[in-house]
Amino acid sequence: MRVPVSWLREYCDPRLSAQEIGVRLNDSGTELERIESVGVGAVDDFVVGRVLAAEQHPNADRLRVCQVDDGSGETRTIVCGAPNVAAGQTVAVARPGAVMPDGSKLGKAKLRGVESSGMILAEDEVGVGEDHAGIMVLENGHEPGTPLLDALQIRDDVLDLAISPNRPDCLAVYGIAREVHALTEVPLAPDPTDSDAEPAAGSHDLQVDIDPEICLRFTVRVFEDVKIGPSPLWLKARLTAAGQRPISNVVDITNYVMLLTGQPLHAFDYDRVRGGRLRVHRAEPGQKLVTLDDVERTLSGDMALISDAEGPTSLAGVMGGQVSEVSGDTARVAMEAATWVGPNISRTMSTLGLRSEAGARFEKQLHPALAMAAQRLAARLMVDLCGARLVAGTVDVYPRPLEPRTVKLRVPRVEKLLGAAIPVPEIEAILQRLGFGATPGDSPGVLDVLVPYWRDGDIQREADVIEEVGRIHGLDKLPITLPARRHAIGRLTERQRLRRRVEDALRDRGTSEVVAYSFTSQATLDRLRLGDVPLLHIANPLSEDQSVMRPLLLPGLLDAARHNAAHGRPAVRLFESAHVYRVAGPLDKAPDGSPQGQTPARERHHLAAVLTEALPGTWRSDPRPADFYAAKALLEATIGSVGVEAWFEPGERPFLHPGRTATVLAGDERKLGWVGELHPSVAREWDLDRAVAAFEIDLDLLAEIAPGPGHYSDVTTFPPVVQDIAVVVAEDVPAADVVDAVRSASRLVDAVELFDVYHGQQVGDGNKSLALRLEFRSPERTLTDEDVTAERTKIEGVLSEIGGRLRA
Amino acid sequence: MPDRLDQLRSEAESAIAQAADAAALEDLRVHYLGRRSELTQILRGIRDLPPEERGPTGQAANEARQTIEQVLDMRRDALESGELEKRLAGDRVDVTLPGDPPWPAGHLHVITATRREIEDVFTGLGFFVGEGPEVEYDYYNFEALNMPPAHPARAMQDTFYLSHQVVLRTHTSPLQVRSMEIQEPPIYAIFPGRVYRRDSDATHTPMFHQVEGLAIDEDITLGDLVGVLREFARALFGPDRDVKVRSSYFPFTEPSVEVDVSCFNCGGKGYLPDGSRDPLCKGSGWIEILGAGMVDPNVLGFVAHRGYDSERVQGFAFGMGIERIAFLRHGIPDLRMFFENDLRMLEQFG
Repeated sequence: MRVPVSWLREYCDPRLSAQEIGVRLNDSGTELERIESVGVGAVDDFVVGRVLAAEQHPNADRLRVCQVDDGSGETRTIVCGAPNVAAGQTVAVARPGAVMPDGSKLGKAKLRGVESSGMILAEDEVGVGEDHAGIMVLENGHEPGTPLLDALQIRDDVLDLAISPNRPDCLAVYGIAREVHALTEVPLAPDPTDSDAEPAAGSHDLQVDIDPEICLRFTVRVFEDVKIGPSPLWLKARLTAAGQRPISNVVDITNYVMLLTGQPLHAFDYDRVRGGRLRVHRAEPGQKLVTLDDVERTLSGDMALISDAEGPTSLAGVMGGQVSEVSGDTARVAMEAATWVGPNISRTMSTLGLRSEAGARFEKQLHPALAMAAQRLAARLMVDLCGARLVAGTVDVYPRPLEPRTVKLRVPRVEKLLGAAIPVPEIEAILQRLGFGATPGDSPGVLDVLVPYWRDGDIQREADVIEEVGRIHGLDKLPITLPARRHAIGRLTERQRLRRRVEDALRDRGTSEVVAYSFTSQATLDRLRLGDVPLLHIANPLSEDQSVMRPLLLPGLLDAARHNAAHGRPAVRLFESAHVYRVAGPLDKAPDGSPQGQTPARERHHLAAVLTEALPGTWRSDPRPADFYAAKALLEATIGSVGVEAWFEPGERPFLHPGRTATVLAGDERKLGWVGELHPSVAREWDLDRAVAAFEIDLDLLAEIAPGPGHYSDVTTFPPVVQDIAVVVAEDVPAADVVDAVRSASRLVDAVELFDVYHGQQVGDGNKSLALRLEFRSPERTLTDEDVTAERTKIEGVLSEIGGRLRA
Repeated sequence: MPDRLDQLRSEAESAIAQAADAAALEDLRVHYLGRRSELTQILRGIRDLPPEERGPTGQAANEARQTIEQVLDMRRDALESGELEKRLAGDRVDVTLPGDPPWPAGHLHVITATRREIEDVFTGLGFFVGEGPEVEYDYYNFEALNMPPAHPARAMQDTFYLSHQVVLRTHTSPLQVRSMEIQEPPIYAIFPGRVYRRDSDATHTPMFHQVEGLAIDEDITLGDLVGVLREFARALFGPDRDVKVRSSYFPFTEPSVEVDVSCFNCGGKGYLPDGSRDPLCKGSGWIEILGAGMVDPNVLGFVAHRGYDSERVQGFAFGMGIERIAFLRHGIPDLRMFFENDLRMLEQFG
């Protein structure tokens, strides 16, 4: 909402700067976005002048050489190109040195040989309007030399205010004036809608009927002898400063009344209302209407239309149609002010993708009383500015009149909610300045608060009244306290602490966290060969790239790896810790009422990492490329930080290297996730030309598996016996099977560490030798060599079952 | 004979003192103390001496031997430590070469680092940390927050829809009703997480992060809200910060406020030491950090059956953007940089 400060001051002038007014409004809930200066630079260089003579330029057909009295005592010669300039006119003059609205500075100039010192101004040259067809001719009465600012608002400050949806009354200059009045206690001028025009003789036979489900009130007044023409300069200046283009007096009046009161109006050319009747009804689905902006709109069934006898004329509350538009030869005007059902207007605008100043007000639900108030002001302006006569017989269809609302305010509740007691007289005074009535209620400490019609939508409960009192009293005056917090216990959950530990573990191992968008695309998942996974689709995505919710974290990490490779960092170690999203069931069947804690999708918190390098090189060592074992070790260290040990089985994922992929298992055979090397052709899709290793696990599951506080296990009593063995097995026997066999063979094996893998002639083709360091230990005694020899024999026996033998 | 022994001893002492290395020292040991050395011969010849000379000569010879041995040992020690020093001196490294780290450290994302700080402040103030789904029912995201269908405030937030009744949450506020459904009053909680709005430019990304706060008890006031947020502002922006509230509007709070923190760039003055206008607070001395308010009685009405009778309990809620906090603290110029995951930026934080 753009509020020209000069206009605001007409209704309430606290004699504060625009900046100070803006800050007061801002602190009390009318957000100040910025203050804009409109119009010319220094106003001193602009004065009223009188054209003493206007003669043809000797060297140019279209120029006139004017002698102008600017009150300085010397006659000024100005060369002027406007066709309408003539001797005797009172005009607006800019002296050389004047700074124009576009910032340019007016100089002296020779025009076809004649020196011109200054300029006779057209509307657009001082930002009052858009007319450049000729110079402005001012009303007589201003003497030459009078500051032009006295005659015309050639410079103004405009408050650009963001109005919250509960305050349609502040989408109006007078509404803002009322706020300024409440805040500053400076007197407020009478409401401009209070007085009406006198109806003239005559009558009309306009018929109106409405659908009360979509229209709360519909009022029309008919005007005759309307003289269409330009609006006066003062009105043009206000509209222009407020951001509206002046068009013609009748249209300008509708806009002016809307800007001043908040009520949009629509002017019909009454002689083009076919059949002399207007009907408010819902559109037929698929019905078409060409709106004033020359666009054909296809309507749906709940949109409100205004039709005459032959068809639709307006998209109600949003935009007029072309059929009965006011034009230059309009003589009779039907002025409509209606009250529409806000949510219906809101839906119409969002369905059509069409917004208008009128719709932006109606969607916030105006009060029906405002419609008739606006008619009164509009009628006076029609009479004053268009020479029109108001025809008797106001049409007012208002089937369900609203009663004024009274809200009970328990005074102690003000302190209970705000934390500060505000004296009752101050409460009453604040409410009265805002236009509320405040009278003692039926019990002590209770006020009956009568809500003015323009606040009816917003103020319905005690808390709403308390907010009004608080914001005008000044929220900055409230005491600053802390809650007693008798029952407040602050802590992270076990799961949140686990998440922090694993994230820290990755960070401390040289992995950096990324935060990627939760969106991905079908095409991305196709590139991962996951085209068949059921997905959660966004119905109105910003782009195809961001049209589905990601079912795994990997693609975001690959995008990050690619981004960094493209910016000179091909070697990365990255991780992400975030939700992934899976389909849980149909999305179009939400429970009636509360879903009782259910969730519409299945979301899991995942942890994933991508490595394009295992360890960076230094000046002493070469970098280690990423591979399966690097990712596996990182994963083991990470989950080891929360006490979980995993095991690994050969696995398959369509986007991973078929021979270098493992399923990660932990706890009670639960599948925690996967680890592997990216399939080279998938890596190429992300322009990654080196080996990429990755893992992704379900952190929610990890939290379930993670052990609680552990029990002490003995470390001191009896020393271990350490022996190394070498086991020869076939190449395809997993090392884990060998380790498991060793463990299962002997209860005395306390620890097994695999420290070497050997291939070579000595162990035969198709075989490998695994070197294991075994720690034998008994909880009961110190072991002897004989004990250990006996255990080794058992181990040998079990190993032979999987085709293994001990190497000498 | 004693004269000869004295002579031998002093001869040996001076020779040993001049020995240049361990090999020369060994030669001297053989020369003076070896089996064929003069001293050894003298000691062997003692039994051939007259009895009255045997005692004094033996004593003097043994003393000479002990002295020479001591001098040899001392000289050997001196030579050895000198040789070690010399060897170490030749073993110098260039201390200015880069160190050899066990692992180069990684970084938490600045959003995570900021979120954790916020969590830590509020857990210290007695708030627990809760979480909830990002794919959310319209009911929790709008309806139970006092925004029935076609409520004008819905237009304030461009929403991603998955279906007519399912959205990507536009704020963390759905956790208000979700948490109150589970826990009876009192409740003191914050809810961090991802949120989504259909908007994309330098100051908007379609996904960002918020932290919701909720405190409901019998006697929570608007003054308490300001007090809690002042503690928060001081923890994150410095101990000298002040906060102020401005009236505002949210459908689910009444009264509603915007909270500003005094500018930490200019100390709340609005201008910098050189007299120029502070660009961070645009000369106002205040920076908007979050929206808040007293929980609307209508919202409590949705959980009245869980003990949230608005005549009996009341409280506040707030919602802040983590990116905004991080942007303010670190001066990150473009919101989109949070999600580009460029290591040149990631490595500056966390």
